[in-house]
Amino acid sequence: MSELNQKAVAKYENNFLREVEERVEDGEWVKMCMQCGVCAGSCPLGNAWEHSPQKLFRMIMAGKREEVLTSDAMWMCTSCYSCIVRCPRKLPITHIMHGLAHYSHRLELAPKGQPTRELARIFWQNLVKTGRVNELKFSLAVYFKDGFVQGIKNLLSMQGIALGLVKARRLNPMEIIGGHKCRDIGGIQKMLAKAREIEDRRQGFTS
Amino acid sequence: MTASIATSQTILVVGGGIGGMTAALEAAECGKQVILVERNATLGGRTALLYRYFPKMCHPTCGMEINLRRLKGNRNVRVMTMTEVLEVSGVRGDYTVKLKLSPRYVNANCTACGECAKAVETEIDNPYEYNLAKTRAAYLPHNMAYPMHYVLDPSIIGTADAEKARAACKYDAIELDMQEEIVEIKAGAIVWATGWKPYDAAKIQPYGYDRFANVITSVEFERFANPHGPTGGKLLRPSDGKEAKNIAFIQCAGSRDENHLRHCSRICCMASLKQTHYVREAYGDDAKSTIYYIDIRVIDRLEDFYLKVQQDPTVSFIKSKVAKIVEDKAGNPVLHGVDTEGYHRYATTHDLVVLAVGMEPETRGIKLPDDMLLDSSGFIEGSNLPAGVEGIYGAGAATSPLDVNRSVQSATAAALRAIQVVHKTSTVEGVR
Repeated sequence: MSELNQKAVAKYENNFLREVEERVEDGEWVKMCMQCGVCAGSCPLGNAWEHSPQKLFRMIMAGKREEVLTSDAMWMCTSCYSCIVRCPRKLPITHIMHGLAHYSHRLELAPKGQPTRELARIFWQNLVKTGRVNELKFSLAVYFKDGFVQGIKNLLSMQGIALGLVKARRLNPMEIIGGHKCRDIGGIQKMLAKAREIEDRRQGFTS
Repeated sequence: MTASIATSQTILVVGGGIGGMTAALEAAECGKQVILVERNATLGGRTALLYRYFPKMCHPTCGMEINLRRLKGNRNVRVMTMTEVLEVSGVRGDYTVKLKLSPRYVNANCTACGECAKAVETEIDNPYEYNLAKTRAAYLPHNMAYPMHYVLDPSIIGTADAEKARAACKYDAIELDMQEEIVEIKAGAIVWATGWKPYDAAKIQPYGYDRFANVITSVEFERFANPHGPTGGKLLRPSDGKEAKNIAFIQCAGSRDENHLRHCSRICCMASLKQTHYVREAYGDDAKSTIYYIDIRVIDRLEDFYLKVQQDPTVSFIKSKVAKIVEDKAGNPVLHGVDTEGYHRYATTHDLVVLAVGMEPETRGIKLPDDMLLDSSGFIEGSNLPAGVEGIYGAGAATSPLDVNRSVQSATAAALRAIQVVHKTSTVEGVR
């Protein structure tokens, strides 16, 4: 159990709904759910995940902390916004899903190796290094995330597309050394650190 | 110091549905002069288009007949059909109301013999059947119409059809040169009973009301069940005329939805429960009614009705707001969604879908007197004026989504308030 998680458990005891309201982005909307099920029925990925939004909201209200935060459901959201558009109570469901995903990630409860989570992590690491996304390095990192052999397989299966992109000048092979970056990398990183500090304070991770 | 002021003692009632009729009759039976104006060609409003009432399952024609009896026996009410309110000005005790009278092209000589309808060839969509059936362009709105006079549709005026109708009439009842008139009347108090309209189901895009023939609304289903309706009382589905034995009812079609109507329309749960009776009566044990709901909201003693329907093995309840409807190759609607009792994903085929559409206040889309206060859904909440100065009162479904019973209660209360206004203003009033 991560330290942040231990602290959260100690702070909120069994009141998971309050924890979500205070710490999850748009979490204060959860209690507005009237369990009509339109979000679940409208979700194009609905049959791909274990818990529909409406079910997650009910689980939150029922205090099923462990099950909610270790669920992979919120990681499956593709931000199509069908649920928000159709929700009769205008709950920002997509945002809540992202908020839950983010929170479970911070507490290190999110499922390990969950592809969306991995993709997001790799993207973030790539971005903060130079302040610019290095697409070549990003693609390679994604291909090799499951080991060297799988990485080579991925590379071979994608080589046609890669060559096409190079030909169309959408991919620069020289990006592998250094790559383009923003002018003030230090400034960007300071900014991000400050943003993180503010967010941590706002969500109650630090005082 | 107090002073007498000359005022009008007349009470104007706007809207001739069950609420307006009740308010007009209650005031008139207390000896007040009443003018009852109605936009359509007949009194009765939406209530007259229902097949049966809940919870007693009696027919609205019965209640209509009682009210018409009262109306005919009372000299104090003047009924003006095909009349709309254009403008209200003045203060309580002394309102001036501008009315627009649309031509009916038929005068009071009409005996409702029906010869004009036989002569006319043009057919129009019948608004009293929610446009589900055609009627001749010279028509009687319905069997309980009041006044019991035919009406000519304006579309045939100036055509040979209109002349044929006039020629067929033995009583000189058809006047083709009738014109629209604007008149002004005085009133001391006004009861605003403009009622409701069914929410436009086509706006609920995932349900495909505008795309699928076998998705209909609850008010249309009332017409299908009615022996005088477009199918002669048989529950046949629109696409192929097949008997609709397996019927889905979708609750909250438009209601309790910030994207549509934000209020609970209150009557739809009872209406659908009532309509399961129609299915059962038509097909006995072969009937299959499925109610898809968020919560069943039946209030106070109506709960008994719900408990009885729950006992019926042909009726099942699924706690889920249907997410979308698609049509299969045979034209059957297939309902998709996830239920809340177990979170099971379903795709269920039915013969026919009835959308329990919400009640939208008719106040949306008509001009109201300035001092009327509306709630966020458009229902009349009260008056902008301080208490004791107001003279316009909402009644019936114009004030809140009400069933017939509660609409009548509300109208009686409004009549009493209007009576008090004309009492106070016509005698002595303190100078403010």
